[in-house]
Amino acid sequence: MGRGLRIAVTAALLIWLTSLSAVAQEAAQTQSPESIQIGLSTDRIAITADFTGADLTIFGSLENADPLVSRQGRYDVIVVLEGPLRPVVVRKKGRFLGMWINMESETFVNVPVSYSVATTRVLQDITDPTNYKQLALGADNLHIEPLDRDGNPATLAEFAKALRERKAAAGLFNVRVGGVEFLSQSLFRASVPLAPNVPVGTHKARAFLFRNGIFIKENSAQLAIVKSGFEQSIARNAVEHSFLYGVFAVALAMLTGWLGRVIFRKD
Amino acid sequence: MGIYLPIAELSVNVFVLLAMGAAVGFLSGMFGVGGGFLITPLLIFYNIPPAIAVATGANQVIASSFSGALAHFKRGTLDFKLGTVLLGGGIIGSTVGIYVFSILRDLGQLDLFISLLYVALLGSVGGLMLVESVNAIRLSRGTATPATLKKPGQHNWIHRLPLKMRFRASKLFVSVIPVIGLGAAIGFMSSIMGVGGGFIMVPALIYLLKVPTNVVVGTSLFQIIFVAAYTTIVHASANQTVDVVLAFVLMVGGVAGAQYGAKAGQKLRGEQLRALLAMLVLAVALRLGFDLFVRPLSLFSLAGADG
Repeated sequence: MGRGLRIAVTAALLIWLTSLSAVAQEAAQTQSPESIQIGLSTDRIAITADFTGADLTIFGSLENADPLVSRQGRYDVIVVLEGPLRPVVVRKKGRFLGMWINMESETFVNVPVSYSVATTRVLQDITDPTNYKQLALGADNLHIEPLDRDGNPATLAEFAKALRERKAAAGLFNVRVGGVEFLSQSLFRASVPLAPNVPVGTHKARAFLFRNGIFIKENSAQLAIVKSGFEQSIARNAVEHSFLYGVFAVALAMLTGWLGRVIFRKD
Repeated sequence: MGIYLPIAELSVNVFVLLAMGAAVGFLSGMFGVGGGFLITPLLIFYNIPPAIAVATGANQVIASSFSGALAHFKRGTLDFKLGTVLLGGGIIGSTVGIYVFSILRDLGQLDLFISLLYVALLGSVGGLMLVESVNAIRLSRGTATPATLKKPGQHNWIHRLPLKMRFRASKLFVSVIPVIGLGAAIGFMSSIMGVGGGFIMVPALIYLLKVPTNVVVGTSLFQIIFVAAYTTIVHASANQTVDVVLAFVLMVGGVAGAQYGAKAGQKLRGEQLRALLAMLVLAVALRLGFDLFVRPLSLFSLAGADG
């Protein structure tokens, strides 16, 4: 008896709450709409010699959040850290004389080098696939453009799928469910993984706000990932002064060889 | 402890690299080879991109060869003239090799070509060495009759070629065509495979050109230093694939390992040493060949489109 009553009371409460939140939503929309802000503790991350991957923490807040909606947990946030866009060649191996060698290839012109997603909940619980498609949100919905636009659509789709799979296998495309946590009703914290082989360049952090499965607002911030002092100067010299860099590499090798002889000569 | 390689753009364990360098250095000290033919496949097995493994391997070879060449220079067991002609060929071969290297990379067939060359070369050299050393071991036990050795004065077709030149230190009067050809072949291998080529050069000088054995190793090292240096500089300028950090860690391990290898080498007998090296070379060839014929986990691979 007692249990039946409790369920009935809960149901009544739910109905009351839902109607209340509908009213609140209307009020919120007519007055000031919710928005989302994110902030990075730094706009530059330097990769040093001992870098083995890291977690990037992004703080953010909801503005004009409806307390009732947030209490019900009906706000969802998806944070994406997108790496710089680069052209990529996808190659497929085939069998030739018993050996597995690269046969077919497709080039895609604008592939983000990395794509990390952090969410409050499982993606399919936040909103429906058509919304993700419209927002081009999630690795599967990224619009990656083939160089050869008149290519066979089935082949292009196969290569695009393989591209996402290889990126995921390399840890460059990833999703962290529960990576976004609400610290208070309006404050949240997102943590996205940076792979050990995270590419350098300008990364873009984007935060998407959803209320009851409806997309409300997006905000973004830039993050530069650079190689730190020593590593950066090596990488830069290798490109800018490549000839002198080569001469330096040779001189270093000769010096090491000579030192080796001096140190170990008579022992 | 992880170390970030600025050119390969990945983080690797520095102790694995040091151990790799030391192990190859130990073997190179023991057998008197440069070790480039072991370093490059090992780096590829350790997921370093083949293009970077090859260019960095060539850089690493300089350190061990320079160390060895200094010793020969002091003892005067070095034929500068022969080395210089070999070097001329080597520069030509290396230039062609680097051109072929960049074409193959654009075609996506570089990894295949590197593997095939390694399998063919290491397979044949390892096989020949194994047969030769096993025969020598049987001979020393007195179970086989000695094979008839070629007499020193005997000439082959190579000695009938035109454009002859006199190499005093080697007591040779031979056509420059095979010398330049040999140098070019080694130079080509150096730029595509990241090897010094000593393990081809030494037998070729002894058996094909009949160079006296006392100047062979010094002359070979002399030309390897310059060809490897040229290859390193051209790879650095044209492809930007030389990783100095990676090369340096390998060199440090290699130079230290070589000293202990040389001591260990003195305790083993020549033919046993050669049989061991032959088996090692064959094992590397088998491992590379295995990867070519076994269905890969994923048929797809990614590469940057701009090279």
